[in-house]
Amino acid sequence: METTIDIVLLTFLCITAIAIIYIRKLFCGIMLLGIFSLLSACLFVTMDAVDVAFTEAAVGTGISTILLLGAMGQTNAHEKRPPYQPLIALLVVLVTGSVLVYGTMDLPVFGTPDAPIHLHVAPRYIQQSPIEVGPPNMVTSVLASYRGFDTLGETAVIFTAGIALVALLGSSQKKRPPCASPPQPATLHDHLILRIVGKMFIPLILLFALYVQFHGDYGPGGGFQAGVIFASGIILYSLIFGLNTAMRVVSPKALRLLGSLGVLLFGGVGLLCIALGGNFLDYNTLAARPVDGQHLGIFLIELGVGTTVFAIMVMMFYAFSLRGRNTS
Amino acid sequence: MIHLPIAQVIIPLLAAPLCLLFRSKHVAWTIALCATWLSFGVSILLAIHVTTVGPLSYNIGGWPAPWGISYYIDALNAFVLLIVSGMSALVLPYAKKSVEIEIDDPSQPYFYSLLLICITGLLGIAATGDAFNMYVFLELSSLSSYALIGMGPRRRALTAAYQYLIMGTIGATFILIGIGLLYSLTGTLNIHDLALQLRVNDILSSENRTLLTAFAFLTVGLSLKLALFPLHLWLPNAYTYAPSVVTIFLAATATKVAIYMLLRFCFGVIGNGTVFQMTLGKIILIPALAAILVASIVAIFQYDIKRMLAYSSIAQIGYMILGISFATTTGLTAGILHMFNHALMKGLLFMVMGAVSYRVGSVYINDFRGLGRKMPWTMSAFVIGGLSLMGVPMTAGFISKWYLVKAALENGWWDVIILILLGSLLAVVYIWRVVETAFFNPSHEHEEEESGEAPLSLLIPMWSLVIANIYFGIDTSLPLGLAQQATAILMGAN
Amino acid sequence: MNWVGHYNYWGAIFLMMSGFYVVISRGNLIKKLIGLNIFSTSVFLLYITMGKIKGATAPILTEASQLTASPQIYSNPLPHVLILTAIVVGVATTAVGLALTVRINERYGTIEEDEIRAKDDSL
Repeated sequence: METTIDIVLLTFLCITAIAIIYIRKLFCGIMLLGIFSLLSACLFVTMDAVDVAFTEAAVGTGISTILLLGAMGQTNAHEKRPPYQPLIALLVVLVTGSVLVYGTMDLPVFGTPDAPIHLHVAPRYIQQSPIEVGPPNMVTSVLASYRGFDTLGETAVIFTAGIALVALLGSSQKKRPPCASPPQPATLHDHLILRIVGKMFIPLILLFALYVQFHGDYGPGGGFQAGVIFASGIILYSLIFGLNTAMRVVSPKALRLLGSLGVLLFGGVGLLCIALGGNFLDYNTLAARPVDGQHLGIFLIELGVGTTVFAIMVMMFYAFSLRGRNTS
Repeated sequence: MIHLPIAQVIIPLLAAPLCLLFRSKHVAWTIALCATWLSFGVSILLAIHVTTVGPLSYNIGGWPAPWGISYYIDALNAFVLLIVSGMSALVLPYAKKSVEIEIDDPSQPYFYSLLLICITGLLGIAATGDAFNMYVFLELSSLSSYALIGMGPRRRALTAAYQYLIMGTIGATFILIGIGLLYSLTGTLNIHDLALQLRVNDILSSENRTLLTAFAFLTVGLSLKLALFPLHLWLPNAYTYAPSVVTIFLAATATKVAIYMLLRFCFGVIGNGTVFQMTLGKIILIPALAAILVASIVAIFQYDIKRMLAYSSIAQIGYMILGISFATTTGLTAGILHMFNHALMKGLLFMVMGAVSYRVGSVYINDFRGLGRKMPWTMSAFVIGGLSLMGVPMTAGFISKWYLVKAALENGWWDVIILILLGSLLAVVYIWRVVETAFFNPSHEHEEEESGEAPLSLLIPMWSLVIANIYFGIDTSLPLGLAQQATAILMGAN
Repeated sequence: MNWVGHYNYWGAIFLMMSGFYVVISRGNLIKKLIGLNIFSTSVFLLYITMGKIKGATAPILTEASQLTASPQIYSNPLPHVLILTAIVVGVATTAVGLALTVRINERYGTIEEDEIRAKDDSL
């Protein structure tokens, strides 16, 4: 049964990929990419990677699509027909693909429990992490505790993307001159259904985001997914009620502050561990019992991650929208 | 102090968001300056510790490797850390005036923040002992580089940044595939543990196809990142159109760190002397030689001097890879030493470009007319940097060229020696063009009033590098000693 | 050599190559970024495929899993952690690429690579 689902999903993915190659309307291409992401997320669920599926659905399908559509809205909506047959590209791709296929021949068969990767490092994560670290979700233990430094790097990457966008697309502090033009009508304000349903849903979305944030220890979830979902609530608000209203609710200055504070909180927890006598990010020092310390440490850094991700995602959305508004 | 390894990376990492909390560009610059000087100090302490006491290991999170990420500093790391943090400490004082004219005021805090993150990324790659951690910090440094290059004044900076983004991300994804295949063979991500597992399970001696593919992808991915010919296409545009400070920093450090990654994977994981590794060495020999020849020839025909220096960088990277491909002690020492010397040389030359750009506004060869008289300090610095590039005795560049020739002599490869010397000759040609225009061509009359000598804050870092070039050409004990220690570690690994 | 056992890997490789093909053969800047996304997502698929064990479940301890008669096997959590990081890195890269694309469109008026090159060369 699992195999059937697997093969069906893979087939749909391949069809989507081929469609993306040939389609020239960018809007369709972007939507197909969203479908590709969603199908990948389903495939991840089939392969027991629930946290990954959650993140792919939120980040890959959600944020990527928003950003791509935002960019497409300000540029061209059509791709030109390639003027020549890209034979060299095809050759390069075929060579690379065959090398890869050659390389996978010595890999263990899909699904075997005694492949080298299941025998060496992973058993400690599976058996010991509920005892050493605490959370039933082993992925959270590895992500936040064993390999917490990678997560710090990842938070820094998100932070970098945010400031790169603001640096490239202009600071969002451009104040409109007071009597320049009539106030921009909110684009979707006239849609009654959207407005009313939006008002009902946005608080629930935000609540769900908080749930995902704090429940990440016990089920799929955690800082990244929570930050993205929270941001999507704000983005939905901005789409329905207008960018100006949204910027009054969540101002760009606050976002910059939150984005920086999240990274500083994460690093600060690490430095606190050093101050308390352990190594960087050694949560055992944070409380009397090591497991409590781990729990506190994971809680704090997930909070830092969630804050930064939320701030940066909204910042990126504002950057694209403001650029589009200021140049149109 | 045991926390030095992590301090090396955390200081610039946490200074970056700090830069952003204040709107003022002066505060941002000051924070960046303090962070880079502190991290330079840390890397000096680390280098001293590593050379006198021994390698330093640090378990982040308190978890032992391979379950946690651990930092492992030995002579090779410490050397690379010195190069990166040293260049960053020199570039920040330079940046104050240079960035003023190239980047608009509101964007400057973001610029310094991105620069700090780039420094963090490069330091993180060099300091870590975990393969996936290397990838994360590689992407961190790359992402900030794309943005930094895109902040250049002309519109071609944007296309250069985009091209670099595409090629760089393809490279990084190839590296990710390589790391994944290595992981699937061994189950671990720690570099030392990878080497151990490959031997314990006897994978290295058997003709494992996955191992071969993993290294093929790693090599191609890293070649894209270090701009080995013919995957160098992003480099000329990126270096030419980026802001001056960014070019100085990236030219001196980014490709060296990629070479460091290559060294770690090829020597640290596979180990020295295996059949596999010898084949790898032979494969990268040809592109290295082609780089030296072709890039030097192309450099001669460039009118934009920054572009000429970018092609020269590609040739110099060819030298470094050449030394590494020999896989002998002398060859490896030459390659590693050249990493250091090239940082000094190119850093200096691009600083000259930044100063000329500051005063004159552009760096086309015609703009250099008469600069020998108008900007004597700057152009003499260029001459010394050029001499180092050519490999004249008493400059830093001579030592690494000497070791390269020695390594080729040991193998008896006369054609390689001829190519190395030919490369130096070509360097003479393209450096002489600029020197001749600057010192021997009269400037136009109406340009007399416009330029003057570069300001002090640009000259002092420049001349620090000049002195370094000459000092390390005469008293070569420090870099050579470190390079030899690093080589010993790489050759001796398993 | 097991042909059937590797179908997941080969599916992932096919998807990778389609993404790679889009990146190197198409000239539209946004299309290239779409291709890059497909390429990255397929690499994630490769990693996650390596971590799956037949008959195992998601690596989360629940009461139900602890009450079964035979010990529950869990899929490997380490590839999941790596891919979580990689997904975020991928979206960050896409964001920066799109910002550059928007700026290029403003300065050049087009996002087709050959037209951009023509405009640069004509100067």
